Amino acid sequence: MNESEIRSRVLGIMKSIAPELEEGELRADRPLRNQIDLDSMDWLNFLVALHEKLRVDIPEVDYGKLVTLDDLVAYLRAKLESRAA
Amino acid sequence: MIEFKLPSLGADMERGKLLEWRVKPGDAVKRGQVVAIVDTSKAAVDVEIWHDGTVFELLLDPGETVPIGTLMATLLEPGESAERAVKRGRPAVPAAAAPAAAVAARAPEPAAAALARRKPVSPAARQRARELGVDAEKISGTGPGGAVTLEDVEHAAAAPAPTDRYAEMRKAIAAAMSRSKREIPHYYLSEEIPMQRATQWLLRENEKRPVTERMLMGVLQLKAVALALKKTPELNGFWQDGAFRRSEAIHIGTAISIRQGGLIAPAIHDVDKKNLVELMRALSDLVSRARAGSLRSSEMSDPTITVTNLGEQGVGAVFGVIYPPQVALVGFGRVAVRSWAEGETLSAIPTVTASLSGDHRASDGIRGARFLAELRELLQHPEEL
Repeated sequence: MNESEIRSRVLGIMKSIAPELEEGELRADRPLRNQIDLDSMDWLNFLVALHEKLRVDIPEVDYGKLVTLDDLVAYLRAKLESRAA
Repeated sequence: MIEFKLPSLGADMERGKLLEWRVKPGDAVKRGQVVAIVDTSKAAVDVEIWHDGTVFELLLDPGETVPIGTLMATLLEPGESAERAVKRGRPAVPAAAAPAAAVAARAPEPAAAALARRKPVSPAARQRARELGVDAEKISGTGPGGAVTLEDVEHAAAAPAPTDRYAEMRKAIAAAMSRSKREIPHYYLSEEIPMQRATQWLLRENEKRPVTERMLMGVLQLKAVALALKKTPELNGFWQDGAFRRSEAIHIGTAISIRQGGLIAPAIHDVDKKNLVELMRALSDLVSRARAGSLRSSEMSDPTITVTNLGEQGVGAVFGVIYPPQVALVGFGRVAVRSWAEGETLSAIPTVTASLSGDHRASDGIRGARFLAELRELLQHPEEL
């Protein structure tokens, strides 16, 4: 899966959790939680959806690294590549 | 004969609109079974029955709006015979309405139910709906048997449902909160609670779990509140008819924000008796159903206390307004690393500010203080929650 595919999958999942999300208005380099109303339950549901759709598990200790959409995409890409290798 | 009346689905509800019957005359029902779906100003609620019996007569049609306490249906008690029961009869229902309701009640599959629920729509209304670009099937009718009338169509076209729902919810919150501040002499207490143990314990627990079974701090807080209430029962129950009525059961109303705006606080039942995994499942289920607008009547009508957590929004502490007829509300602010002095040592650890809004008619500050001290103690032993 290339970077733009990962990005669109992530946005799709995010949209299922926060339907009010306007993709055009989301700044990929700014903290997600400042732009979308995500509480810890939403975040957990988001991770469960990533687990189901991309089969990637994100341990809780890594939550802190995942602040922006760019962070998420880079993190997922590294995970998916290490699995493919 | 059992009388099934429209129950109160929250202190802020005065009337409800029957959306759908889930049973038909002759059906056997069990205690706890969902028999009807009723629209309150806040949500469409699955209404449960509290007796075993057999449905005898349905006295309301879908689409009718009636006050709390209105007789909706009669049921035969186990052993009671239909021949001897007296029909109440409903006020002038056109024959066409009855089959539609019966078909809807019989359909078990969601897809089939959607088909069966096809409403009677008058030809004029259907044509007007086409002109206005409104889906006539989605409008709730006010005509006989829930029929969609011309007026309903024009009303639906003029006021889109979501805005309406929001305005109605705002009104309901306004009524309950005004009543609370008018009638309840609140007192407020707060306590900063060290959360180092709870945070570390949760991190270790979640490391062992797949993402689908991870727990949130909110669940530990709910369980600790429930256990602390056992030592201060005067915070758990209702103020009714000039006296406090304590509740043995601990049903915690959990404030959930709705994405489109507004707030709802349905109950998680018997929180003291559930383990953390069960509680997490219950919370996650409740949040998703509250946001999808599908709650059960018992969840709306029987919270014995409310917990609100505004920490996610970054506030330090919350001093809430009690939801009548309850007598207390517990608030949690953000769990964050703060400076903490223990003996002569200063350290940086996660803490949270827990607060209590208490009804001074039912309890005194000293008991409230006892509650917060117990809450703090319980959160120091997360493994025992």
